[in-house]
Amino acid sequence: MNITRRQLLILLPAAALAWEHVLAGTPEASPNYTMSEHWWGMLIDITKCIGCGSCVRACQLENHVPDGYYRTWVERYHIEDWKAENPKVDSPDGGKNGFPLLKETGGKNFFVPKLCNHCAESPCTQVCPVGATFVTPDGVVLVDQKYCLGCRYCVQACPYGCRFINPATETANKCSLCYHRITKGLTTACCEVCPTGTRQLADLKNPNDPIHEFLRTHSVQVLKPQMATRSKCFYYGLDGSVR
Amino acid sequence: MKTFKDAGHLFRLAAVFLVGVAAFLIVRSLLVPRSFGRYGHYRADAIAEIAALPVAYAGHQVCEGCHSEVQEVKSKGVHKGVACESCHGPQAKHAEDPASGVPPKLDTAVLCVRCHQENIAKPKGFPQVNAADHSGGAACDTCHKPHSPAMTGGGSQ
Repeated sequence: MNITRRQLLILLPAAALAWEHVLAGTPEASPNYTMSEHWWGMLIDITKCIGCGSCVRACQLENHVPDGYYRTWVERYHIEDWKAENPKVDSPDGGKNGFPLLKETGGKNFFVPKLCNHCAESPCTQVCPVGATFVTPDGVVLVDQKYCLGCRYCVQACPYGCRFINPATETANKCSLCYHRITKGLTTACCEVCPTGTRQLADLKNPNDPIHEFLRTHSVQVLKPQMATRSKCFYYGLDGSVR
Repeated sequence: MKTFKDAGHLFRLAAVFLVGVAAFLIVRSLLVPRSFGRYGHYRADAIAEIAALPVAYAGHQVCEGCHSEVQEVKSKGVHKGVACESCHGPQAKHAEDPASGVPPKLDTAVLCVRCHQENIAKPKGFPQVNAADHSGGAACDTCHKPHSPAMTGGGSQ
């Protein structure tokens, strides 16, 4: 087969276009959403949290979390003077119905909202024997409910205690960072209802996201940095006693 | 060709082995989902399945599309940062079909204390009251309007 120079010049760009189409793969579910343009995380300002439990209630309703299980929850810390090694922590019903008054008076008291940290190097995805849990290209740790065996390895592996076995399906469950919402341009249910702005969804790949200005100008910490999980939940005002 | 004596059984063994390999490859291609491994060691279709789940909280932008008069009142008060569904609950169904599922009127005696009941662990600047002492059992909306709670007529907030 002989190809003239003219034919070759026409064929090359066509081939390049075809190859690009192969590389792009199949289109995604949300037409206006491109995974490679996002890298999700969350900012939590502890100095604003009032322990109202709105986030816990909203999460349960949005994600059909069974009673007694929590994808997000709020803890109350009570630290007497210098005894930061032994904080008293309570979280009645995950803080869903608020917090009763403390018997103890004085000391240091504050609330800490918790959720999946959506680690970039997540221990839970590394132990899954069947590939049922994974970090998506946009940085969210998800569970494939159809693939999960319910072996509980990931529940043990999470250093933050964020996973549970859903008693209805016997599969692993956890915060999905409201993936079904953020891919539609909405914020997460917990961030939506938070009355004080304690929780803020953050897109770390979006240069216009206010998180960048916040991270530049504030002292921010992640939970258990010694675990090297590259957590993407950034806490402002986090006390050293928080585990 | 007489390199090996009785070489026939080697060929038969090789044939059995090849059939086994072929069977393995066929079964594997049937059992492993097509999208497995597209982005990593997982089923890529699971991402789209999770993204397609229905939404319960419509988001305050949707509420404000119709209830602009409430948004007007709210934007002038201290509750401007509080989203509609923070108090009114998930309203995606109501947003889709406004006639069905009209959100019920809320009981302020229950609602307001969720945030404003006194608690030592709350930030010091946050307005807190001991509800029993503060109102003597009267519902909060006797004096405060929830969408803009500052009291008019010289009272404190």
